[in-house]
Amino acid sequence: MTSATSALPSARVLDPAGTIAVTVEAVTAGYDHRAALTDVSLTVREGSLLAVIGPNGAGKSTLLKLIAGILKPWTGRLTVLGGPPGSSAGRIAYLPQAEAVDWEFPVTVAEVVMMGRYGKLGFLREPRRHDREVVGQALDKVGMREAVGRQIGALSGGQRRRVFLARAIAAEPDLYLLDEPVTGVDATTQEDLMDVLEGEARAGKTVIATTHDLICAAQRFHQAAFINGRLVAQGPANLVLDQQLLAETYGGHVLVLPGDGGRVVIDDAHHHDQAPSGEHHYHDESR
Amino acid sequence: MDPVSFVTDPLGYGFMQRGLIASVIVGIVCAVMGTFVVLKGLAFIGDAVSHATFPGLVIAYIVGAPLYLGGAIAAVATALAIGLVSRRGRLRFDTSVGVLFAGTFAFGVLLFSTIKNYVADLLAYLLGNVLGISTSDLIQLAILGTIVLAVVLVIRKELLFATFDPLGAAASGLPVAFLEYLLLALLGVTIVVSIQAVGIIMVVAMLVTPSATAQLLVVRFGRMMLIAVAIAGVSAVTGLYLSFYLNLASGASIVLIETIFFGLALVLGPRTGLLSRAPRIIGQGAS
Repeated sequence: MTSATSALPSARVLDPAGTIAVTVEAVTAGYDHRAALTDVSLTVREGSLLAVIGPNGAGKSTLLKLIAGILKPWTGRLTVLGGPPGSSAGRIAYLPQAEAVDWEFPVTVAEVVMMGRYGKLGFLREPRRHDREVVGQALDKVGMREAVGRQIGALSGGQRRRVFLARAIAAEPDLYLLDEPVTGVDATTQEDLMDVLEGEARAGKTVIATTHDLICAAQRFHQAAFINGRLVAQGPANLVLDQQLLAETYGGHVLVLPGDGGRVVIDDAHHHDQAPSGEHHYHDESR
Repeated sequence: MDPVSFVTDPLGYGFMQRGLIASVIVGIVCAVMGTFVVLKGLAFIGDAVSHATFPGLVIAYIVGAPLYLGGAIAAVATALAIGLVSRRGRLRFDTSVGVLFAGTFAFGVLLFSTIKNYVADLLAYLLGNVLGISTSDLIQLAILGTIVLAVVLVIRKELLFATFDPLGAAASGLPVAFLEYLLLALLGVTIVVSIQAVGIIMVVAMLVTPSATAQLLVVRFGRMMLIAVAIAGVSAVTGLYLSFYLNLASGASIVLIETIFFGLALVLGPRTGLLSRAPRIIGQGAS
């Protein structure tokens, strides 16, 4: 649907008086006495798509875990869907990073997506017809209906992401927390998944996703949060192409070349501090 | 000897009847718990917990308390201590378990060496002697085994979700930490009911081998558990008859039959079989 080269997604124009889905206030958190995030504050409006960007180890996943209520902040406060984190777990779906999943695990696509219903089902209750219908519809949305009986390990990387997104959809959440939903998938899958997420946002659901794909963040998200142990900036997603912000987020080794759609180059931090003309890491390019 | 009396003759002995019932129950309970042990990678923990029961048994013997009780307290306490270490340790997890496991077992051996008189009871716990099980022990074993199976049956979908994707399960509101501790406590109880049958040293085989065999054969969680249970049941009966007729150690016979099944699955299995020529089906890239 949305062409990859369109300047800005139309849904960018948000209702300024929209309700707030997530508020993070001066939060510091981490693991084993090592802070991963320091003094982070941000707000996310209901029905918006927020891209969380930053280098590896910047605290992107930590932010998702805090919002999900899996990790408790050391200091500061979070409000998620009107309450403290964890109080509205049934309205949240979390998608783990692909490498956090054991792909040899003996479960089928249908079983994985059904797990999305467990939070709603509660203990002792078995999935019913309605649950199976929701699972089927979720699989339809991501185009994976025909794969229901396959073991997840037999799927390609893109198909695995589709199935996990279907699990999130099957939970019928108000808030999606997605850890790198489009990392390592081909362009078509990325477009399909983003179309689905855009549809969810239009239906009033809030989507917070970490990503390394700056072009995708700029083109398909409404808002972006730049994180590098702290919040560098939060603003409209097209700020992703702001050279100075990227430099601050990634440590001075990002270059956005002017031109249609922008072309983002992340320089190899260890070898070329000055001249970005040598060996570049092409982090991504516009399509 | 005709085949019927080959089967029925041993059943004329009370010790053989009790032994058969006990080893089948132990086999089934171990296979069910073992499915989680294999999928969560808890084999080493299982071994550690079973060794840690030894000091509990020796102390119970010295103070004249029921041996089961001493073993159970030691097993569950160790299992929970391991759970705690895993959540907040700085050392590598297997290192911590290794320290705990050898230390507690050494403590048991030390106490054991202070006992002056003949302690056949305690030695039976090291290598197992299911044919020596008393009726009251059998009743305790049946009750505890039923409790473990009932709990797992009731919360199996939550245990499955928490085992497969702890973060996703926690975000959807499941009490993942509680489930983890519960699983470890159930593992402790399972080990205690099993050591009389197969002994401290071989319990880990009862836990791991049938489920590992099943994982080689099928790709669905439910079927994996059922096949593990079937293998464990058949091995228990076969092993015990072998032990009866050839005058072999009962626990070792059961474990070796299970190991033979594992070997067969490894060589002949449809998924990983060394003889299988079928190429592994890998999904085409998502389009």
